[in-house]
Amino acid sequence: MLNNGLLRYLYKKGINLTYVVISFILFITVWDLAVRLSGVNEALFPSPASAFRALLEIIGDGTLGEHVLSSMTRFAVGFILAVTSAVIGGIIIGWFDILFKFTNPIIQLLRPISPIAWMPFIVLAFGIGDMPAIVTIFIAAFFPVLISTAVGVKNIPEIYLKVAKNFGVGKIEIFWKIVFPAIFPQITAGTHLALGSAWVFLVCGEMIGTQSGLGYLIIDARNNLRCDILAADIVVIGVIGLLLDAALKYGEAQILKKWGLQKE
Amino acid sequence: MYINISNVNKQFTHKGKLFTALNNVNLTIEKGEFICLLGPSGCGKSTLLNAIAGFDTPTSGSITIDGKEVKKPSTRNVTIFQNYGLLPWRNVIKNVELALESNKKLTAAERRQTAQKYLDLVGLGNFADSSPHQLSGGMQQRVAIARALTADPDIIFMDEPFGALDAITRMKLQDDILSIQKKERKTIIFVTHDIDEAVYLADRVVVMTPNPGMVKKVLTINLGPGRDRTSEDFQKIRNIIFETFNMKHTYPIEYSI
Ligand SMILES: Nc1ncnc2c1ncn2[C@@H]1O[C@H](COP(=O)(O)OP(=O)(O)O)[C@@H](O)[C@H]1O
Ligand SMILES: [Mg+2]
Repeated sequence: MLNNGLLRYLYKKGINLTYVVISFILFITVWDLAVRLSGVNEALFPSPASAFRALLEIIGDGTLGEHVLSSMTRFAVGFILAVTSAVIGGIIIGWFDILFKFTNPIIQLLRPISPIAWMPFIVLAFGIGDMPAIVTIFIAAFFPVLISTAVGVKNIPEIYLKVAKNFGVGKIEIFWKIVFPAIFPQITAGTHLALGSAWVFLVCGEMIGTQSGLGYLIIDARNNLRCDILAADIVVIGVIGLLLDAALKYGEAQILKKWGLQKE
Repeated sequence: MYINISNVNKQFTHKGKLFTALNNVNLTIEKGEFICLLGPSGCGKSTLLNAIAGFDTPTSGSITIDGKEVKKPSTRNVTIFQNYGLLPWRNVIKNVELALESNKKLTAAERRQTAQKYLDLVGLGNFADSSPHQLSGGMQQRVAIARALTADPDIIFMDEPFGALDAITRMKLQDDILSIQKKERKTIIFVTHDIDEAVYLADRVVVMTPNPGMVKKVLTINLGPGRDRTSEDFQKIRNIIFETFNMKHTYPIEYSI
């Protein structure tokens, strides 16, 4: 959402719109020159103009909207499931030291494995359709949030817990009154990190076993030798990723400001 | 005898070595007294305070309040910390209301009303909706004091509460805490390493020394209310404390002002 606050935030961060525009113009110029000077057939290496025409075409006939919608739905489902379970799991293993000691080695082992490596198992277990993409996003988003949540819980300033004890905050109450708000900045940071990689893996997940989505559109364009649509799709994927990131960054900054961790 | 500390020892194992933080501490405190635990850093002031407040248990010995053994923190006794202990995700009044949330009989409106009353008392009535980080250190500590008073405790423990504040703010808060104690009739146990602060505030000063942490001397300060830091009596007591710490030069110092 591009509201006034976001624009002001971007401006403060030194992201002046002028630079953004010039940077995009430069990129498009280089792309265009590369097409012209390389002499490669336009059907294989589409120019910015033909990519733009293709973009208008897939917007016009509704294909893009459909694919964006199904990608975003999968993304939302996988991402929300991942963040929710990772926050709950992270709070539990962060709170009980013994659980952390037992689970941390496994987490560290699983974390560096690319979600794509699981793909054959995922397809065997869940079949094709929406599930492989959702599971891929889930795996990609789960670990960053799990780890930052658990570490956040372990590092909660002792004084908050002392204060809670002193004022008789209950054993269960303490989780939503103290623990969760205290680590909220860490959760947001983990979520922010997860968002980027989850979006990257959405496209991978959709290239296997689905009939819709921005990842599927890549395969589909390739099969139909429509490199212009391919290029348009890639640009759309980038722009959506950028917008998601900007929205989360903005949300994160608001939270840090409210918590008093980052004064402006 | 309201608080009774008898033969209290506290040992920590640090890197495999046994370390005695408190060595045979004996002390009794009466209801309504203002006690200062005074001593250099590392002499076990916080350890003793934490033990009386129930955050930690002594290795041996016993601590009773009103005849009951201290086992865990109680809502009847509130601790105020040097770094305030305010919750940054709550605004000022919500921080103060925390003191009443364990009392399920109160309505939200009653909580707010009581919290506002004590915020007014510490002079921050207009900052109810501010975030803690928008306030100065002195104001944040006032919020913590308001929160402690809101709980209507019998005892207030304070661990170097004004240690992070500048000298002027510090003196203002010292006066405030004295007038609050007079009005609310609380028992206060106040940790400090500042000799002047202890002599200015306390009914009795418990002088502690390190290695191992122990009570060296308990001094009754008979200066009455409205103490003058520059008075002769005040200086006399300061000197006694300096001597206790062996910090007084034994040769005469020449002043040329
Ligand atoms: N949890 C702990 N583990 C090990 N040593 C501790 C612990 N808490 C305090 N100590 C040691 O006990 C001594 C007294 O500490 P403390 O009571 O905090 O002193 P003070 O408050 O007077 O500065 C210090 O030497 C400190 O290092
Ligand atoms: Mg201390």
